[in-house]
Amino acid sequence: MADTRYTKDHEWVRLDEDGVATVGITQHAQEALGDIVFVELPEVDRELEEGEACAVVESVKAASDVYAPIAGRIVAVNEAIVEEPGLVNRESMDEGWFFKLEVADPDAFEALLDEDAYTAFLETL
Amino acid sequence: MTTVIGLDEPPAELRTTPLDALHRAHSARMVPFAGYSMPVQYAPGILAESRQCRERAALFDVSHMGQAWLIAAPGAPAAALERLVPGDIQGLKPWRQRYTLLLNEAGGIRDDLMVANASDDGSRLLLVVNASRKQDDFDHIAAALPPGIALEPLEDRALLAVQGPQAAAVLGRLAPQAAALRFMAVAALTIEGAEIIVSRSGYTGEDGFEISVPAAQAEAFAARLLEAPEMAPAGLGARDALRLEAGLCLYGNDIDELTTPVEAGLTWTIGKRRRRDWDFPGAVAIRDQLDNGPHRLRVGLRPEGRAPARAATQIAAADGTDAGSVTSGGFSPSLEAPIAMGYVRRDLATDGTAVLLLVRGRQLPASVVPMPFVPHRYLS
Repeated sequence: MADTRYTKDHEWVRLDEDGVATVGITQHAQEALGDIVFVELPEVDRELEEGEACAVVESVKAASDVYAPIAGRIVAVNEAIVEEPGLVNRESMDEGWFFKLEVADPDAFEALLDEDAYTAFLETL
Repeated sequence: MTTVIGLDEPPAELRTTPLDALHRAHSARMVPFAGYSMPVQYAPGILAESRQCRERAALFDVSHMGQAWLIAAPGAPAAALERLVPGDIQGLKPWRQRYTLLLNEAGGIRDDLMVANASDDGSRLLLVVNASRKQDDFDHIAAALPPGIALEPLEDRALLAVQGPQAAAVLGRLAPQAAALRFMAVAALTIEGAEIIVSRSGYTGEDGFEISVPAAQAEAFAARLLEAPEMAPAGLGARDALRLEAGLCLYGNDIDELTTPVEAGLTWTIGKRRRRDWDFPGAVAIRDQLDNGPHRLRVGLRPEGRAPARAATQIAAADGTDAGSVTSGGFSPSLEAPIAMGYVRRDLATDGTAVLLLVRGRQLPASVVPMPFVPHRYLS
């Protein structure tokens, strides 16, 4: 399986060999949100800066932004989680992915947190 | 990912309720609320807990709310309280309760509360007020009392709510007399050694009970209720979703010192005698609004699509003019759709009126709709 990286905003990122990154929210994020009832995704072809708010996830209680972990162009979005937002709760780390980015600079991926660093970060919260 | 609407900042020191250990044993997620550490949800989550309450029975800990006795010679507590509220408290029969409002001199709502005539002779009222307002309420009431009437906050009692279509069956196994109560009736009972005060009432739109239990016996009492196969604990998240579905106001969101009972659609809380005598705080302003119509009214809102419109969302009329704002909004577990309530200009307050909700820079179409969103199923 491809290497998974993380952000302090609780997104996960997986980079495939073609330079396309799949982005979702972490297990910790879906647990903290609780029952997810609404997801809004960016439009395909949208160019994103690193850290740009580009999706929204809402639970019964709260609304949160999802940010682009690295700069790039949206090449696909997961309509399944729009139809069935609860999929993000059940499968946050795979089937519940949010969008795919054609990454501008693959080195930016390497600069994200690895699993150990993210786990250590969670312990500081 | 950053939560932009969510939990309160934790204050320095949180109080706990007598059911704190029980919550933790049931894997509750505890959050700060009105100075207390309270369960926002348990492992099943807000959607499942809401359905539990609508379909079977749910147990809520609402011990953070303020309970107090108002005690004096027969009849005196009701007359004293009427100086602060528009309800007919003197007309409250023994062992009956009523929803009423503490008003300010402008007719604004200081708090909403339940008042029970918990005596045979009118010598004792039981007040239940909002957690966030209890100190302010008790100070306000105490300052207005004539000599000889005492306000005695009940710091050593838990308050449990048992709500849902199976609530009476579950409580009835422990307390048959409670299951025989009519809607908004009150009783003082000794159950399993605990001296409880129970009312047939609630904040979910379902049949159910609110039960005041001595703190020392509260955990055992709650545990007994949770032994019932129909019963499961539900947190404040489900409670908020359920009360919104039932069209019930949350103090601080939907009503506050700047809203009047007329604007809030709570004119029914003004007693007939009180409307003849106009002898309650803010009566002049409220009478003017009743005669001439308020500028704005509380309404239900159904957004089209799936995006929830949260509190503080601006509302625009179809012509783009400012219409008001959302005061409570979220996702209805029962309807599986977004619902909201808010205040709109009077000319837009008719059911079926099309409005626009300004969510994240976009205009989402919505309709003004009647409340409750989910029909009440109180015992009739």
